[in-house]
Amino acid sequence: MTVPAPALHLRGISKRFGSTLALDDVSFTVASGTLHALLGENGAGKTTLMRIAFGLARCDHGSIEVDGTEHHFHSSADAIAAGLGMVHQHFMLVPALTVTENIVLGDCGFFGGFHPSRAAERVRQLCEETGLGVDPLARVSELAVGAQQRVEILKAVSRNARLLIFDEPTAVLTPRETDELYSWLRVFVRGGGTVVLITHKLREALTLADDVTVLRRGRSVLQSTVHAVDEAQVVSALLGEGPALRTPSPVRVNRTTGDTVLSATSVTVADTQGSERLHGVNALVRAGEIVGIAGVEGAGQWELLRVLAGRVTPQSGSVRLPAHIGFVPEDRLRDAIIPEMTLAENVVLPRAGGLHGRIAWSTYAEKARALALDHGVRPPDARAVGTLSGGNQQKFVLARELEGSPEALVVENPTRGLDIRASDDVLERLRAARDTGCAVVMYSSDLEEIVSLADRMLVCFNGTVIETPVDTACVGRAMIGLS
Amino acid sequence: MRPRATHDIVLASAVLVAITGLALGVIAIGGHPVLPALAALLRGSFGSPFAFFSATLVRATPLILLGLAVGLAFRAGVLNIGGEGQFHAGACAAVTVGLALGGSLPRPLSILVTVAAGTAGGALWAGIAAILKRSFGVLEVISTLMLNFVAALAVSFLVRGPLQEPTHVYPYPPALNPSLQLPTLAADTRLHIGFLAALGLAFGLWWVLRTTARGFRLRVVGAGAAAARSAGRVDVTGVVTAAFLASGAIAGFAGAVEVTGVTHRLFEGISPGYGYSAIAVALLARLHPLAIIGTGIFFGALEAGGAAMQRDAGVPAQFALIVEALVVLCVLAIDRLGPRTSEGTQ
Repeated sequence: MTVPAPALHLRGISKRFGSTLALDDVSFTVASGTLHALLGENGAGKTTLMRIAFGLARCDHGSIEVDGTEHHFHSSADAIAAGLGMVHQHFMLVPALTVTENIVLGDCGFFGGFHPSRAAERVRQLCEETGLGVDPLARVSELAVGAQQRVEILKAVSRNARLLIFDEPTAVLTPRETDELYSWLRVFVRGGGTVVLITHKLREALTLADDVTVLRRGRSVLQSTVHAVDEAQVVSALLGEGPALRTPSPVRVNRTTGDTVLSATSVTVADTQGSERLHGVNALVRAGEIVGIAGVEGAGQWELLRVLAGRVTPQSGSVRLPAHIGFVPEDRLRDAIIPEMTLAENVVLPRAGGLHGRIAWSTYAEKARALALDHGVRPPDARAVGTLSGGNQQKFVLARELEGSPEALVVENPTRGLDIRASDDVLERLRAARDTGCAVVMYSSDLEEIVSLADRMLVCFNGTVIETPVDTACVGRAMIGLS
Repeated sequence: MRPRATHDIVLASAVLVAITGLALGVIAIGGHPVLPALAALLRGSFGSPFAFFSATLVRATPLILLGLAVGLAFRAGVLNIGGEGQFHAGACAAVTVGLALGGSLPRPLSILVTVAAGTAGGALWAGIAAILKRSFGVLEVISTLMLNFVAALAVSFLVRGPLQEPTHVYPYPPALNPSLQLPTLAADTRLHIGFLAALGLAFGLWWVLRTTARGFRLRVVGAGAAAARSAGRVDVTGVVTAAFLASGAIAGFAGAVEVTGVTHRLFEGISPGYGYSAIAVALLARLHPLAIIGTGIFFGALEAGGAAMQRDAGVPAQFALIVEALVVLCVLAIDRLGPRTSEGTQ
């Protein structure tokens, strides 16, 4: 009996971005007619590996075999020709075009003909054959996210893809859409297709997949059939043995009696496309504690932070917020400061909405200078905030938001892009704010950082929020849906 | 602020020198004698008190007002290029109300009512584009530009239809009653008090933008709408709409001042493209209200001198338009080279 060649076989793939080794000699085999889950934390290299397999990135070393033949992909067109298809996390559709137009786009050459009715008929047939229901004549911009994803799948299938790669396909889907996608994947695999599923969601992956591969920090640390491993083994592969913590928080405050400063009760938030990002979430932050928030991308933390900062009004549920909340958003150049304006003008910015009459500029110039000196923003007499370095901009924003002792402070990835000294400085300021009674909420995509700082942890998963012990392993498990 | 200001002045001077050079080149290429043309240009703009006060400054008045209208909108991030149409709307509204009033009211009051009508007319015309932007997300660059043509055609309709003079021979309405005409600043000049109003408005806007909360909100929205919304909790849509309407009101005011101060009647082509020139006026001044006075006078001199050049040296008046276009291109190009700026507070 001959064993069929694997549908996809990546051998010894390495990829370097600048000084970081994103993939280190990774081999990855997907048997034909199986559903293969590719697991890993943020930045483990899952997406990079699949982009290489799909011809969107070139590897430094290694080879790619599809159905037993070696290929050198120069672009995704080569990969498509070899029978691969990829459904990206952020869809690659033209919103103003119809479903049919999106699907045939790229099929007809520059001078090729396009027969709208014939193409629509073809798409309708394709929908029937595949069991993916979409109206061929609907405009993509009018479709729900789940339907847009079906268009992406149809696009790949219409080009005869036999191996489909899904990058976090359920991050944007509602639970119902997720179920529909999963049952379709089973049908597709039963019909002889092959699927690679990149995901954070461990439990779903384990119930759905035939095989599983785990990447950690650019290395393949586990490759097995699902039956041969249990959840605990996969988790330890994902998170690594014995979490090596940075220095733990010197003082962890354990407050259960402080005054509640921020509270959200059964809060539901939908994004602009109408899909729910938070479902009936409760959260509570007391004076004098740092509550850490964690979650994989798109799990709802972005919305939760903005609800707690009073920047987003929930569709339902109630929030109780104090009058003065400091907010340090992640994208400071866009959301926190106006780079070409002076320090004084940026100090006034948070008050801009409520000021009346004349602005006492000389007072604010004094205040800006004092804040800059006090928080070590260099140079304190910079004219425009945009001329400061990233670290100094962040110090300036934090100084401004802490000014006037706000009752609460919400910060999002406050150390992103900062060097160690600047990071430590920022974290020290947050501890100092807590010690003076401020209710601090902090999100960081760096798990160790947040765990080392937080007094309590809230973890977002799939639009819900649960409280976990302050411990990287517990938080890491909760982030992928395990309690 | 010091090094900034010096930098800006050096930059503006360099632009002017470059433009002058290019302009002379254009005259020479056109086959016209350069020196006589240049002499005519200077004579017609700065050559005599009459040329300066009755030609240059009279033309500078609408340019300054419209430049302020454009500058205010641009500072708020609203690309209102409909100054021309709002100017026409203001002129139409002023003339309509003025003709209805006749000599029935005392002079100051009737002037006030007429000019107020023009101001409202301009705001209303800008309001159409503001509503389109607010409710349907229509880009104001497109809507205001299109409304310019609509306004020009509306003038054509009015002067041949409802407002036409009683004999129905000429395509214009009767002249405004003398009680509706703006007083001149001296007996033997055409310069009217509208020029002083333009200066006053420039200083007023400068003060508002620089010192008041309202002005700060407008600048913040223009410089970074996302930060204004997130960090400043500013009602961005409200500020944008207000700036749009204020810009239209100033342009309408300019139209009313032109009909009450200079032409005393409405006719087709009452604006030789002032609304478009004003974009160059505002950009060359880097949207600074006080600098707009200077660039407005410069463009007024170009228009006055261009007319004299056509009269005395046979160089087509379109020459002035070429220079204006060159100014816009130079400013845009240099703006990319120089450091990004915003007029500071101190």
